[in-house]
Amino acid sequence: MSEPLLRAEALVKSFGRTKALDGAGMGVRAGEIVAVMGPSGSGKSTLLHCLAGIITPDSGTVTYGGQDIATMSDTARSALRRTEFGFVFQFGQLVPELTCVENVALPLRLGGRRRREAEALARDWLARLEVGDVASNRPGEVSGGQGQRVAVARALVTGPKVIFADEPTGALDSFNGEHVMRLLTEASRETDAAVILVTHEPRVAAYSDREVVVRDGHTRAVEFA
Amino acid sequence: MSIGHTLLGLLEHGPRHGYDLKRAYDEHFGQDRPLHYGQVYSTLSRLLKHGLVTEDGIEQGGGPDRKRYAVTAEGVTDVERWLATPEKPELYLQSTLYTKVVIALLSGRAAEEVLDGQRAAHLNAMRELTVRKRAGDLTDQLICDHALFHLEADLRWLELTAARLADLERRVRG
Repeated sequence: MSEPLLRAEALVKSFGRTKALDGAGMGVRAGEIVAVMGPSGSGKSTLLHCLAGIITPDSGTVTYGGQDIATMSDTARSALRRTEFGFVFQFGQLVPELTCVENVALPLRLGGRRRREAEALARDWLARLEVGDVASNRPGEVSGGQGQRVAVARALVTGPKVIFADEPTGALDSFNGEHVMRLLTEASRETDAAVILVTHEPRVAAYSDREVVVRDGHTRAVEFA
Repeated sequence: MSIGHTLLGLLEHGPRHGYDLKRAYDEHFGQDRPLHYGQVYSTLSRLLKHGLVTEDGIEQGGGPDRKRYAVTAEGVTDVERWLATPEKPELYLQSTLYTKVVIALLSGRAAEEVLDGQRAAHLNAMRELTVRKRAGDLTDQLICDHALFHLEADLRWLELTAARLADLERRVRG
């Protein structure tokens, strides 16, 4: 088996007196979908934020492509998040003032792409996620399921190597949740992107290749190559 | 599954012979368990005896059994009564999973490992169903979803029990 693309080892992270992570570790290979499961407050989201370089652990290492991301400069880490990583959250976190196509084009624009080119790519991704018809609407004018598919398009538009999805269906009903999961996993398979899927819903986790369970800041069923 | 009522329901679309009925049954409901010819003919013979179906001629030039059957007015009433009667909800009060957890705790074994192993087995079954659902037609999707929701209920129970394991251990070990 190939080496994990992204790998966390022996992570410890406390917030005040609360230890959110206490020796957690996991890895994900290119093209692999890993579900991170566990009860509320178990440390799932903290683990995801450490893996994504959003927060720095008190101890332990996170490596991407063999490089320790803690040793990168803030600028390099931001660039990594913008170009190599994609993010989908429970609530789409779309910018309400922008149209859907502008929202999807945003990561490309921040990376310096021209508007026309960025929006053409954004429209392609909106169509692939079956929301091409709401391209000119603002987020407040689309349904929850459509908004979440727009958020998935925004996560995929830069061609990320790793997609972080934190409860991506948490605010949707079963039908729309399944639709989002089907499209997200199909798109990640096509682009060979890895997906780290934080969820407490077993039916959502069933879209993964394997699961890592977090409990009290520890991980169980950790598999390294 | 009441095969009798199902066959009566299929006959409401018009008279059919046994082979046709088996084919229609398998197409709609027999994905994992197709009906045996023996079951079709024994069920039809019982329905005939109770006046719920009647013989409706014999097709010419066919094999040994080309008898056609039609549903009677009593048969239609029977289907209506069946549809109008809710199925008794399964209470799931005898759970092997619960028994295993308690026995593990009583004997000082690691109950968490029982739960972890079961979670992995359930998730693998759910993955297989999800793959099948994605490749399947609407019938497959509905059948797989029914199974997936039931497995999910078990998994939620496994998680809740894992969270309460320390309390449960204190109680069962006194």
